[in-house]
Amino acid sequence: MILFDSLLIMLAIVGPTILATLGFAWWFRASNPRAQRLPDWAYSGRIELVTWAIPLLTITLLGGVAWIGSHQLDPARPLASKTPALEVQVVSLDWKWLFIYPEQRVASVNQLVIPAGQPVHFSLTSASVMNSFFVPQLGSMIYTMNGMAADLNLQADEPGTLWGLSTHYSGDGFSDMHFEVRALDAAGFAGWVAATRQGGPVLDSARYVELAKQSIKDLPSTFREAETGLFQKIVSQELAPGPGPQDSHGGQSGQSAQGRATTGAQTAALDAVICITGER
Amino acid sequence: MLGKLTWAAIPLDQPIPLVASGVVGLVLVGVLGLIVVKGWLPYLWREWITSVDHKRIGIMYCLLALVMLLRGFSDALLMRSQQALAYQAPGFLPPEHYNQVFSAHGTLMIFFVSMPFVIGLMNFAVPLQLGIRDVAFPTLNSVSFWLTATGALLVNISLVVGEFARTGWLPYPPLSELTYSPGVGVDYYLWALQISGVGTLMSGINLVTTILKIHAPGMTYLRMPMFCWTSLASNLLIVAAFPILTATLAMLLLDRYLGFHFFTNEAGGNAMMFMNLIWAWGHPEVYILILPAFGVFSEVVSTFSQKPLFGYRSMVGATMVICVLAFSVWLHHFFTMGAGGDVNAIFGILSMIIAVPTGVKVFNWLFTMYGGRVTFAPPMLWAVGFMVTFVIGGMTGVLLAVPPADFVLHNSLFLVAHFHNVVIGGVLFGAFAGYTYWFPKAFGFRLDERLGKWSFWCWIGGFYLAFMPLYVLGLIGMTRRMQHYDVAAWRPWLLIAGVGALLILAGIILQVAQLVISIRNRESLRDLTGDPWNGRSLEWATASPPPAFNFAVLPEVAGEEAYWSIKERAREQAQAEEELSYAEIEMPRNSPTGFICAFFATVMGFALIWHIWWMVALGAAGAFATFVVFAWRNRSEYVIPAAEVARVDRAYRAARRKAYADLQAAQ
Repeated sequence: MILFDSLLIMLAIVGPTILATLGFAWWFRASNPRAQRLPDWAYSGRIELVTWAIPLLTITLLGGVAWIGSHQLDPARPLASKTPALEVQVVSLDWKWLFIYPEQRVASVNQLVIPAGQPVHFSLTSASVMNSFFVPQLGSMIYTMNGMAADLNLQADEPGTLWGLSTHYSGDGFSDMHFEVRALDAAGFAGWVAATRQGGPVLDSARYVELAKQSIKDLPSTFREAETGLFQKIVSQELAPGPGPQDSHGGQSGQSAQGRATTGAQTAALDAVICITGER
Repeated sequence: MLGKLTWAAIPLDQPIPLVASGVVGLVLVGVLGLIVVKGWLPYLWREWITSVDHKRIGIMYCLLALVMLLRGFSDALLMRSQQALAYQAPGFLPPEHYNQVFSAHGTLMIFFVSMPFVIGLMNFAVPLQLGIRDVAFPTLNSVSFWLTATGALLVNISLVVGEFARTGWLPYPPLSELTYSPGVGVDYYLWALQISGVGTLMSGINLVTTILKIHAPGMTYLRMPMFCWTSLASNLLIVAAFPILTATLAMLLLDRYLGFHFFTNEAGGNAMMFMNLIWAWGHPEVYILILPAFGVFSEVVSTFSQKPLFGYRSMVGATMVICVLAFSVWLHHFFTMGAGGDVNAIFGILSMIIAVPTGVKVFNWLFTMYGGRVTFAPPMLWAVGFMVTFVIGGMTGVLLAVPPADFVLHNSLFLVAHFHNVVIGGVLFGAFAGYTYWFPKAFGFRLDERLGKWSFWCWIGGFYLAFMPLYVLGLIGMTRRMQHYDVAAWRPWLLIAGVGALLILAGIILQVAQLVISIRNRESLRDLTGDPWNGRSLEWATASPPPAFNFAVLPEVAGEEAYWSIKERAREQAQAEEELSYAEIEMPRNSPTGFICAFFATVMGFALIWHIWWMVALGAAGAFATFVVFAWRNRSEYVIPAAEVARVDRAYRAARRKAYADLQAAQ
């Protein structure tokens, strides 16, 4: 909305300016005998007043929009809702996303499952280099940075399948740092949590260290149990930052990619992943 | 012995860079061979390489920019074709190569195309417009140029030996730290920029001193042409901002070379600090580039409307307001760091405020045309194209300055489209306007107008075709720097953008053709008046190309638009030119200091990149020795006798009289 408000306010000025530029240039062309020539005219206090006033007024208006919008839509601001927010902790790794559900004590890689109609509070950090977490259909993006935790509040109003990605370049595996977002109704989400708890490996510190190694195009997977306080350990750097490339050339594509174990519940998501390297 | 340098550094397994650099190498060898065989080397050494003449140095800056434009644009073509092909497919560039391509593209276009182009134009035109003989420190000027060339050379060496940075044009840590980028790519980037940055800073000091301290008699500050004002603002920004860049990159170098922890993940380093610092330089840099372009447009619009610039004092004010505000908006480059509503809102509003003086400038150009007699030579076409294009870029820029909008558009192709919109539509169009406008002054003949116009239409059409789709792509969620993608909806737009890039290619080919054909037809395009556009400022008061001393007798300035009033006076009094009293002129001697310094700087930079420590010492010692030798020089100037000045000037005046008489006869 703000985007279009701002766009309209500016188009009101910019449109006429473009037309005036082309119009003046055309009308006052040297070959137009009807144009009035004012070869020494170089100052008009009234016009100067207008040329300063028009942009100033536009910007005053837009500045108000920006001030209100910045506060209303601040990503750290909790969403107004009767239901309490679901907590999801997000870690960007080289080059995949880890989602930890501390209340449900489950976790997933490269797939985000959230309940529709309930606000979600994300705490975000990075295991190594910077990334940016973005689900275009849900709203704002935010940087993930090692040693720091950011806040983001989003809500999916309707159940559906969405798509998320990293919008901050992070190295060779960057183009594959996207993930599927499934917004399920309350019962569906509870069902997903229950099903996830049934199988898959446990996410503890040792497992996380493995996960933090560079890999590209990891298949979506889940963990039946996530160690309590793992996210805090990553933010406080009790768990060391990701190791980076292990060879001197810096993680060549495909070579270090390993498809990780998937549970039965996620086979459907496999279809969405297109294998390019042919290794799998 | 050779540090990290081994045969493995030559990318024998990668055909694209190898073939490309092979072709470039062949062309270089061919050109050098031709120069040697034809015996042009002594001439080049005497008249150009060791020249401390601001006009020659300015021309060499522009030439460097044009050559680097070809390299930077071929990177752009690679990127456009990769993204056109890489829908659910790997394309032809693997990520480790593609990432170098976009990093090199940005680095080259900003540091080695835009910067040398505007610095070249300022170097060439500012002393002429001020009515003086040279810049304040002529030899320093030559050092500045050659150090910039060193930076460009290092970036291009990385194509063949080793790799370039894979971190984007601004190497954000921690990605650019040793842990995540262990290769030499980031080091190439850092040393190329450190060396050329020194050159840029010295150039800034030089031009600030020149504009503030050296003027023709009567040329007060408020009589200076607009281009001098915007050059002053731009160079003040260089002096204030480039040390920040140097310090920031030095900190990253300390991290990478000596195990410091300024920006690392570990040991209390903080990458946010790098982002703040780099943009504290980076945003002023935007204005360093655009302000001289604004100056060019002011000159061009006024000349080709045959009217004085509307609201001159207002324009001066607007320029200086931009100059100051440029330092107060850096945070808008990372709203999405999540600094909170208050901080983001304040920086958002400050960013918008810069749009006010910019808007004033656009309106003033508009009213400069009002009541004018507008002719559409290529410089004016670029100016009108700029005014239309730039306001769109300005609008999308203000849009991105609204924090909630930035939270969904940041790093998207909308952003990429925006800054290309202002850099191509503003800086590059300005540089091309300046190039076509001052070319006859620099060489004494005009550029072919027909090809110039064709090239303009290809460029502007190509620009819209290549970048308007990117706005759409940003709005539908495509982020920048993607090597491949799986979203079907993006593909058609990327294909259109690819066609746009081809149209721009046609524009560039036409520009090259224009230059070649104009040189071949130079006799028919010859301008003997020194004033082919009926100009208004002092550069048009002397011969084309101007003699080494620019003006035989320094002109007396009686008001704004110095040359216009001189011409008016001459017309009113219908007098023959009075005989001038010539005096001898002292001019600075040519010096190889710049070239030799840069040679050693290249050796040192290359050695630092590859950890060849003995060679580092050699390069440093050589550069220092060059400096010492220069500092202990005995003679720095030579004298041109009054008789010689008189001979040159009378010959020009006779040619000019004849040219005007011929013109009148033809009418």
